[in-house]
Formats: sequence, C-alpha cells, structure tokens
Amino acid sequence: MANLKSVTKKTKAQAMGMHTEVLTGRTQQKFFNPDEAENFFYFGTYDVDFNKRTDLDVKDMTAADANKEIDNLMSQGYGTIVIKNPQGKHSLGVGILNKLNLIFEGSLGYFGIGSCDGPTVRINGRVGWSCAENLMAGKVVIEKNAGSCFGAAIRGGDLICKGSVGARTGIDMKGGTIIIGGDAGAFTGFMMQRGRIIILGDVGINLGDSMYDGTIFVGGEIGSYGSDAVDAELTKSDQDWLKRKLKVAEIGENFDVSKMKKIVAGKKLWNYDNLEPTEKKGAI
Amino acid sequence: MCGIAGLIHRGKSSNVGSELQGMLQALRHRGEDSTGYALYGDTDGKNFIMRFKVGENVGEGSTSIVEDVSVYDERKKIVDQTIIELGAKIVKEERTLPYSLRYEISYEKKDLLEFSQKIESIPGVEILSMGKSLEVIKDLGNAKAVCERYSLDKLIGTHAIGHARMATESGVDIKSAHPFWGYPFSDVSVVHNGQLTNYWNNRRALENKGMRFMSECDSELIAVYLAEKMRSGASLEEGMKESLSGLDGVFTYFVATKDSLGMAKDTMAAKPLVLYESDELVAMGSEEIAIRSVLPQEIDTYDPFDGEVKVWQI
Repeated sequence: MANLKSVTKKTKAQAMGMHTEVLTGRTQQKFFNPDEAENFFYFGTYDVDFNKRTDLDVKDMTAADANKEIDNLMSQGYGTIVIKNPQGKHSLGVGILNKLNLIFEGSLGYFGIGSCDGPTVRINGRVGWSCAENLMAGKVVIEKNAGSCFGAAIRGGDLICKGSVGARTGIDMKGGTIIIGGDAGAFTGFMMQRGRIIILGDVGINLGDSMYDGTIFVGGEIGSYGSDAVDAELTKSDQDWLKRKLKVAEIGENFDVSKMKKIVAGKKLWNYDNLEPTEKKGAI
Repeated sequence: MCGIAGLIHRGKSSNVGSELQGMLQALRHRGEDSTGYALYGDTDGKNFIMRFKVGENVGEGSTSIVEDVSVYDERKKIVDQTIIELGAKIVKEERTLPYSLRYEISYEKKDLLEFSQKIESIPGVEILSMGKSLEVIKDLGNAKAVCERYSLDKLIGTHAIGHARMATESGVDIKSAHPFWGYPFSDVSVVHNGQLTNYWNNRRALENKGMRFMSECDSELIAVYLAEKMRSGASLEEGMKESLSGLDGVFTYFVATKDSLGMAKDTMAAKPLVLYESDELVAMGSEEIAIRSVLPQEIDTYDPFDGEVKVWQI
C-alpha cells in the first residue's frame, strides 16, 4: 500500500481499495422500460380463461404434488382454480408467475403463496408464517388471521389480511401495499425499504424499526417506535389514497382515515435512489 | 428447530396420549432426535407416580455411553432400597424398558425435595417426573416410535404437552430431551422451542439458591426458573410473566400443572405458535398442522402476540 500521508484523498481511497464515485441509483433506472415491464411474461407461463373453473382437493396430496397440479391445470387453460381441504399444509400456491384466480377453501400453513407474480388469490381461512413472501404483483386476500413475517420482502402487489397478523409484518419489503384489518405484532415494517403498510388496529413494539424508506399508516395504538421511525404529516392525498385502497381491499369501509398516524423513516441514506414502487421490476 | 404441542380439554377427559402423538408426529420434520410427552392422566390422586430412568437409550443416534443392563439392575435395587429408607412404599412398578421405569408410590411425608435429592444422589438415576397425575415419558426417536415403545396411545387424561427435538445445544440423549419436570414441584412440566442466551448466568444464580439442574440443555432453565419463582411464593402465571424479562433469548414455551396449561412467548415473537381456543378445548403447536391432527375441520386459529402469557384451567 502507498504511503497514505503523501497521497491525495482520491488516490488514498483507491489505495485502500475504496471507490470514490457517487452512486445515485441511475444504473438501476437506466435499464427500466415501462413498456417492456407491461408486456413482460415469464417463459413457461400460460394463457388462461378466468371463466374456465375447476376444483382441486389437496387433502391427500403433498404440497409439491398440489403445486404441480395447479401448474397442470393452468396449462389446460383453467383460469379459476378452487383448492379444497388445504388443512394448514405448508408451501401451497407458490411460484405462480401467471394471471390466475386462485381460491383456497381453508387455511394454509407456512410459506403459502410464496414468490408469486400476478395471481389474484383469496384464502377463506388463516395463513401461517411468511405468507406471500417475495410477492411481485397480484392481489392476495386473507379472510382470517395471518402469522408472523406476513408479506416478507414483497416487491409489489396488494396483500390484504382482514384479521390480525403476527410479528415482523412487511419485514424487508421493497414495494407493494400490505393492508391489515386488525392488529399487528412487534417489529412491523422492520427494515422496510419501500412500499406501504396500512394497519387499522393496534400495532406492537418497535414499529418500523430500522426502516430505510416506505410509509406505515396506523389507525390504533402504537406499542413503541423502532429506531429510525418517525411521525409525518398525514396529507390530503394520503387520505384519498387510503380511502381508495381500503375500498379495493373491502375492509374499513367506514374507517375515519383522517385520524390515522403516518410513520416514515427519519434517516435519509446517502446513495439511496428514488424509484417509485411501480418501477420495482426494473430495479431487481 | 424443535416443535412443541399441547392441548387441554376443559370439563372432560379424552385420549390425550393418542391426540398428542398425532400432534407431535405432524411436527416430526422439526426434529426427530427425541420426542417427549408430559401427560396428565386420570388417577385417584392417592399415590405419587414417579417416572425415572436408570440409564440412557444407547440406540442409533445416541450420544450416550453404552452400559450393561446389569448396571441398570444394580441402580434399580438402590432406588428401591432408598424409597424404603425414605418411609415410602412402592405400590406398583412397571419396567417398560431396561432403563426406564414407572413406579406408583405411597409417600405420606410428601417432601418431594428430600425425596428427589435422595433418589437422584444415586449415580446414573434421574427422576423424569413426580406427581399425582403427571407422567413424563421421553426417549429417542419420533413421536410415533416413542408412543409405541411406551404404549401411550391409550392414556386417558385432561391435558398434555409435548416436544419434538432437534438437538442443538446439547447431546442426543434422554436427559436433554423435553419435557422437563419442574423439580421439586409435583405435577409441573415444561417444553420449550427456542434458545436462551443467559442460561449460565441464570443457572449459577439458581444453583446458589439450591436449585438443581440435571442436563446442560438451556430449556431446563425454564422449568427451574419457574420452580424457583413458585418456591418464592409467586403463582405460576406470575412466574411466567417475570420470565419474559428474566429469560433472555428467543422462546415460546408451554408449562403445565395438575389442573392448568399455560404458554409464554418472548417479546420479539421470534418463535412460532399457533393457537386454537374454544370452551371445550385449547390446542396449540408450532405449526397449524399439529392442531389439524386433532381438529381436521376448518377452525379459527391465531398467533399469540409478542410477550403474551396465557393460562387455561381444565
């Protein structure tokens, strides 16, 4: 290594193996094309007819077999699939990269609807930990309660739980919207990086702990704020957006959004780009 | 990872042995190193039931030292003699396996601390449980294997807790398996999923207060911690609430007594628990599939929140 006392700041940094250029996130923006995103499709996906409907009883099937059968039905053009007797099985409905109307008549275990992009899912029951993890786009509605890590690391889409959710809801989320009709547990919005969380009920301790960006709206009591989470002004446009979202989510129809609290990240990270949630696919 | 399960029937008895077996077997993917049952059976309440071991299971996967059965026989003889010296009487004895025994004991003095200390002063002997209703059965293997080995599927009772273990902090042996008896309290048992990070600090403090540890499994600390709180006059629920700050780390644990079942979840809610509650039955487990083994129909379940403590009576 060069003598650090005798070099300029730039060469000193280079000598230490560090870069000196300012990173602005433009590299990510450069490759984003809205038209391409709109027409994007995955290899191996299918054209389905939402009016073509079938039932699938998974009572005696493993999760892997059930997921293969869902894929098989989509390949036959079925656009509406009703899953009977899920009985709390783990990892059902994962990896669906298709437009699809998927209905579960019962509860799911862990990791349900994981890594999906596009389907509309309704679960007439409860879900376990890590429901809809890594959701890219689509809509997932849970009629009852949800476990912890609900919507972990989602990039987009609408994730709606009409009941209460466990701890770390929206952990590491990078886009999309999570809407909770009831209460939420500790560390909600932990390390969230983008997107929005709406909680109509109470929320536990350390709300928004270590959040980078994104917005959390809370209708009830807050157990405590996490590091970096601060209050912000609830604007008229926020209220209009909340009303629209709650209407689409079919919950909180008469909820007074003007009394909600708005929580954002208090810190501003150097080198943190300003991509909108709609630009999510170009960013990853 | 480990999995825990528990259930309590309110106002009636049921086949809790079979029910808990189904719940724990559904969780076998969370750990099959050992499985343990704490069953609260229907008894007349006259005698103590003592489950104890005079050796370890040295079968496949065990980390224990192989011993000859004659060593077990010799230890059993000393136990029998010690029971007589304590003024107690063996009413009924069953030797399910060479190393595992079940005694029904008439003991008018009811000083379980003195009794346990004397019995456990015999090298290689450990009391797994002592109570008027509680029976702790734990051994290597999954829930089905242990249930069949000990014929637990016909046990009728009101409530039960159990544990499917993936060994991490200590060896694959019976002494490190859950449930742990809340020594020296009659009919108290504990199962735990998680990891306690202030185990040694707490252990040293509790040993200085005269409490006993039989293993190096961090989960045993919960049983001893609660026992010490109750010895100091706290109720079970008070002890559980104090444990949320007294125990450091991540945990969800169940504790059961002769007539109650409780759960506690750490303040970070880092370990899973799903709960079903009705007027007739409370069932809970690390995953919903455990509950589904006793309630296959569509039911309403939920996750208890962080720092939550609940206790139910039979």
